[in-house]
Amino acid sequence: MSAILETRGLSAAYGPTQVLQSIDLAVEQGGIATLLGANGAGKTTTLRALCNMMVRLSGEVRFDGERIDGKATEDIVRRGIGHVPEGRGTFVSLSVEENLRLGAHTRRDKQVARDFERVYGYFPRLKERRNQQAGTLSGGEQQMLAISRALMLRPKLLLLDEPSFGLAPLVVQEIFHILRTINQQEGVSMLLVEQNANIALALAGRAYLLETGRIIMHGPSAVIGSDESVRRAYLGY
Amino acid sequence: MQAFLHQMLSGFATGGIYASIALALVMIYQTTHHVNFAQGEMATFSTYLAWQMIELGLPYWLAFLLTLLFAFILGAAIERIIVRPFYKAPVLSVVAVFIGLLLIINSLSGALFTYTIKPFASPFPSDAWYGSAYLSAHEVGMIFVTLVVLALVFAFFRYTPLGLAMRAVAENPVSSRLVGVRVGWMLALGWGLAGLIGAVAGTMTAPVVYLDPNMMFGVLLYGFAGALLGGIDNAWGAVLGGFIVGILQNLAGAYVVGTELMVTVALGIIVGILVIKPSGLFGRTIVTRV
Amino acid sequence: MATLDSSRPAAGALFAGLSLRRWKLIGLAATLATACALPFLVSGYQLLLANQVVVYAIALLGLNILTGYNGQFSLGHGAFYAIGAYTTAILLDKTGIPYWATIPLAGGLCLVAGFLFGLPALRLEGHYLALATFALAIATPQLLKYKRFDFLTGGVQGIVITAPDAPFGLPLRGDQWLYFFCLAWTVLLFVIGWNLLRGRTGRALVAIRDHPIAAATMGIDNALYKSVTFGVSAMYTGIAGALGALLAQFVSPDSFDFFLSVRFLVGIVVGGLASMAGAFFGAIFIEFVPNIADQISKAAPQAIYGAVLIAFIFFMPTGVVGMLRILGARLGRFVAPGPGR
Repeated sequence: MSAILETRGLSAAYGPTQVLQSIDLAVEQGGIATLLGANGAGKTTTLRALCNMMVRLSGEVRFDGERIDGKATEDIVRRGIGHVPEGRGTFVSLSVEENLRLGAHTRRDKQVARDFERVYGYFPRLKERRNQQAGTLSGGEQQMLAISRALMLRPKLLLLDEPSFGLAPLVVQEIFHILRTINQQEGVSMLLVEQNANIALALAGRAYLLETGRIIMHGPSAVIGSDESVRRAYLGY
Repeated sequence: MQAFLHQMLSGFATGGIYASIALALVMIYQTTHHVNFAQGEMATFSTYLAWQMIELGLPYWLAFLLTLLFAFILGAAIERIIVRPFYKAPVLSVVAVFIGLLLIINSLSGALFTYTIKPFASPFPSDAWYGSAYLSAHEVGMIFVTLVVLALVFAFFRYTPLGLAMRAVAENPVSSRLVGVRVGWMLALGWGLAGLIGAVAGTMTAPVVYLDPNMMFGVLLYGFAGALLGGIDNAWGAVLGGFIVGILQNLAGAYVVGTELMVTVALGIIVGILVIKPSGLFGRTIVTRV
Repeated sequence: MATLDSSRPAAGALFAGLSLRRWKLIGLAATLATACALPFLVSGYQLLLANQVVVYAIALLGLNILTGYNGQFSLGHGAFYAIGAYTTAILLDKTGIPYWATIPLAGGLCLVAGFLFGLPALRLEGHYLALATFALAIATPQLLKYKRFDFLTGGVQGIVITAPDAPFGLPLRGDQWLYFFCLAWTVLLFVIGWNLLRGRTGRALVAIRDHPIAAATMGIDNALYKSVTFGVSAMYTGIAGALGALLAQFVSPDSFDFFLSVRFLVGIVVGGLASMAGAFFGAIFIEFVPNIADQISKAAPQAIYGAVLIAFIFFMPTGVVGMLRILGARLGRFVAPGPGR
């Protein structure tokens, strides 16, 4: 299968501070890959670098066969990359529905109304609260909103930055279940950044292990998940 | 009583002008946390252009519309060319740049149109039926025009995708980028709109105070006062604040200090707000950095 | 990009065997010698201009202490210049106080006024202080014209005062004496300023400017420092105003308009923020450039101020002084390549 996203020698820095060193990774068309690592390993930076946001980067990023490194964030997004950022990026003073409408900002087609129903179908709770100020939502609901907002773009690829962060286990399960559904029903590829390695490995087909800005190991999730040293370091048993 | 009512209504009319300027200031402040000290000069310059077009024989309202268009382009161009390089600069640099801008536009007005005070005709006939003992025809027209503009701006932000995108940028530029909003253009658009609203205020003010390069200084101060009163990060609070300071100004002028200290009253209001409630009536509390 | 940073470019400055510090001292001595010789070399009008530069230098040092060193804004220092000028003028007009005694009184009044005006802004972001002082600058002429203060201020007419003659039978013309009088104040205030800024106090001011939170955690009372700084800064500018009134022999509301405050801002940006020498370069700029530009058109000085302000912030945020430092460092490397300090 061909890769929808591929990086070669991707490095990134904040000002003079080098954070990523020559990252090679790939997300297969319709697949889910996960990027695991400890705090400060460079997971969020990787996602930012892919969108050319807030970092200085070098190396090659290919999306859907075309080079996107060096393009403006807005243009990268418009090509079909939905980024669910760290901290969820909620527009707190806008209503839930306005948040979703922003997700469809770049679209001019007539399907937008149907997509509202589509995401409300995944997350009925958002529909109940659609006129509420987004800032009043709970953490889990805001995470759902962030995913929905990215889906409104009709992305080919979703970048997910720790969707489990700060959420109750049950809510995490619900969200990951829906992510799987979205992947299976719509064929949206995903790159998932997680600290919660267990749940990420269960969802993803491929895994990359990031340590201080370098990929130190990668392979099918099942292989990575059963590796003794990985289990000790990241899975806690 | 009648005199009091007259002062109130007249204050409401001037308040509309202040509300417009306050709104323009807040629009720029919300997106970039810049206080546009050149807002008044931009308005003055646009008003001169309207004057020139009317002198050349264009019908008033055509000149008015062309002026708004020009003011929009001027605002957007200033953002793109002059302000943009300073987004990451320290506050001091930014303020200095705005003051520089103020000086340049002010001197441009003076150089092109001379420093002689010019009368500027009101588009509203002075014997119009809607003039009364309480309000002159121009004041009524001024209220009408500013209210229409404010309503249009409100509708733009509330009901159009572009307006929504601009609100999004004001709140969270990073997130806005991630949904594909072209943040840079939204900022330029905000400046354009601010310039346009300022031009409305300028053309409506000129018949009252006469046209000269410094005519908007006082108005700008009241705009600041209104914006601070409402809360400088709250657009509709700022509009309300503009109306309130307009009425305050008229009452103070009529009953307290006389008309000679108009600008000083604005200073008083500004300092008063900063001492008593710096976040304004409707603004978020400013987080104090030590 | 345009950061206003006072940190000096590590001058690898060995120029013809002399250290940068030595060069600075030589420059200072030469400047002082020239300044003292000037009254005997140039005509009356030129001396007046020179004297105005000396006076402006004090005002700019005042504003620079506030803005350059402490990072606080003032777009309204013209107001304190006005208070200083009017204090001297009114005292001379209404009382029998000798002219030299009005200067410290004017300074003291501005110290209090500045302290009080700075108070509300203490806990606010820079923008608010800029706003408040902007309003102050615009309101100043109007307040000075206000009818109820006419009996003091002379209203729109202003106040005419007579310039002092040289005391103790010194063989000096009036303008020569006044020049030395102003020069003495300038030297005094610069020495005081230098002593303040190079030590603990100066470090505290800069710390508050750059890292307010860190400064507070190190036990610096930010609020107190900031308000006192505002007061001291206003005092400097007020003294300059008082001297300026003696020099002009006249005060009137319209000479203290918004553009005076802007002039000061332009002066410190052009001269160099957070630099004492910068105050002098700035003073020379704001005294001579408008005089020359005025001959082109009435609008020209303002346009030039505006353009220069933006250009300096953009290209040379460290001002003339920064430019000289960089130049000095380059020359030093060129003439005597050697290790830096």
